[in-house]
Amino acid sequence: MSGFSTTIQLIYVAAASCFVLGLHLMNNPATARRGNQVSTVGMAAAVAATLALIIHSGAITVTGWIVMAAGALVGAAVGLYSARTVQMTAMPQLVSVFNAVGGGAAALVGIHDYMTLADAGRGVPGSITVTTLLDVIIGAVTFSGSIIAAGKLQGLITSAPVTFPGSRAVNLLLAAVTLAACGYLITTPSLPVLGIVIVAALAFGVSMVMPIGGADMPVVISLLNAFTGTAVAMAGFVIGNWALIIAGALVGASGGILTKLMADAMNRSIGNIIVGGFGTGDSALAVLPGAGAGVRAIEADDAAIQLAYASKVIIVPGYGLAAAQAQYAVAELAELLESRGVEVSYAIHPVAGRMPGHMNVLLAEANVPYPQLKEMEEINPEFSRTDVALVIGANDVTNPAARRPGTAISGMPILDVDQAKSIIVIKRSMGHGYAGIDNELYANPKTSMYFADAKKALAGLTSAVKTLVG
Amino acid sequence: MSTALLTDLVIFVLSLWVGFEVISKVPATLHTPLMSAANSIHGIVLVGAMLIAVTAHNPIGYVIAFVAAAFAAMNVVGGYVVTGRMLKMFRRRPGTAVAEDGKRS
Repeated sequence: MSGFSTTIQLIYVAAASCFVLGLHLMNNPATARRGNQVSTVGMAAAVAATLALIIHSGAITVTGWIVMAAGALVGAAVGLYSARTVQMTAMPQLVSVFNAVGGGAAALVGIHDYMTLADAGRGVPGSITVTTLLDVIIGAVTFSGSIIAAGKLQGLITSAPVTFPGSRAVNLLLAAVTLAACGYLITTPSLPVLGIVIVAALAFGVSMVMPIGGADMPVVISLLNAFTGTAVAMAGFVIGNWALIIAGALVGASGGILTKLMADAMNRSIGNIIVGGFGTGDSALAVLPGAGAGVRAIEADDAAIQLAYASKVIIVPGYGLAAAQAQYAVAELAELLESRGVEVSYAIHPVAGRMPGHMNVLLAEANVPYPQLKEMEEINPEFSRTDVALVIGANDVTNPAARRPGTAISGMPILDVDQAKSIIVIKRSMGHGYAGIDNELYANPKTSMYFADAKKALAGLTSAVKTLVG
Repeated sequence: MSTALLTDLVIFVLSLWVGFEVISKVPATLHTPLMSAANSIHGIVLVGAMLIAVTAHNPIGYVIAFVAAAFAAMNVVGGYVVTGRMLKMFRRRPGTAVAEDGKRS
């Protein structure tokens, strides 16, 4: 190895160390920003080293330079614009899009390498074929799957599980075609057959994500994140680049851990989620017959009195808070209550929202100090000492039916909201949660229902507290 | 199995373990920024996309190189910027992170 390429390799190792250190610094909100900076420095070093390598090799054509620079500039501009303008409620979509382009780029690296080798006509070594196929398949599945996921999150595609008769047969057929094509490619290099693999993998990505419902999105995004990392690592195998292998493996591990955490928080296996949502999609539309029977409705003034004279309040946010963009409204109410000496904290269920940690980011955006955001295990013992639990747009994660066997959500860890002395639920209607079952919490005699859009309800509560006691 | 492939495999497996070790300590509060940070790290595929441009010598190759470079650059730049934007919002008490910013700039 020449001195020059040794230097380049050492820079790649340094970049990879920056990534590890950057992720390590994410252990604490106080150091996390520095972590991101360290990681950025590593990335810049890796890109600069690659530029040096390209210049040094002298093999690149002028067209090659133009194509590379133009592509990078266009991509960077789009990335910068979307990152600057995205709303925090739309973070899951953006992360999905970044997964898609990352997986897509990894697949393209593998495809191009394979084309170059096949064109040279000297045959493709078996180990390259295997890693290329893994790279292309995982990358293509991630690409199409993440685009579908982003479409569902953005509301461009229905977020209800979409299934059609024979979808399982189609998946099996796709898998069989892919396997057969891969088997053929191991012995005989062929670009058309590689094309079949790409198409089948893209189709599989679509058919994998379509049947998955909105509330399972935290799992799906994590899984696609892990896929992207793995695809990038495979691309590293193909082109023999350690930086890609290490960074890809780190992301694969991160996505894998988050996938497991999310699936555990719903007490469902990853396989069960991928196979499809709870029952059928129409349950999401079903409204309890005779809705309102057995539940107590409440108006802003009564709710405000309860909150204003409480000594401890726990706020339980769910996806409804994000959907109504109510993070600022809830933070304002909490601040007002705190100024009156009420102890306020937030109970965050691991799968609240549409991606891991979604609620935390939204509340951070609204200036809620992060020590007030409590994880499930930490906050559950505190509900029994709580005067008012204020549930905003959260449903299944508060349903005591999860403690009994035999329901759709049995065994799912829940927030023990029903232990609080009194419960106020802000909800638009008596509609069901994702699991399509009644929430027994609403029929609890301690519970009062405040039927309204979360943002309007919270603003109403804030002004009611001000007029009543201000 | 060639030595090169074996080396790559060792690096891959050990990196996976390092990833599991480091990331399992990240608190739930930071899960979204973590995922976003991981997202920007897989933007390292930009290195691979740049190397395509070297071996591309026909129109299809150039198209692939262009798309790959655009995808990867979007991934890297967007990922780091949005992660930074998010992390800036995490404060212990309202105002502390802002004050810290003031000192730095």
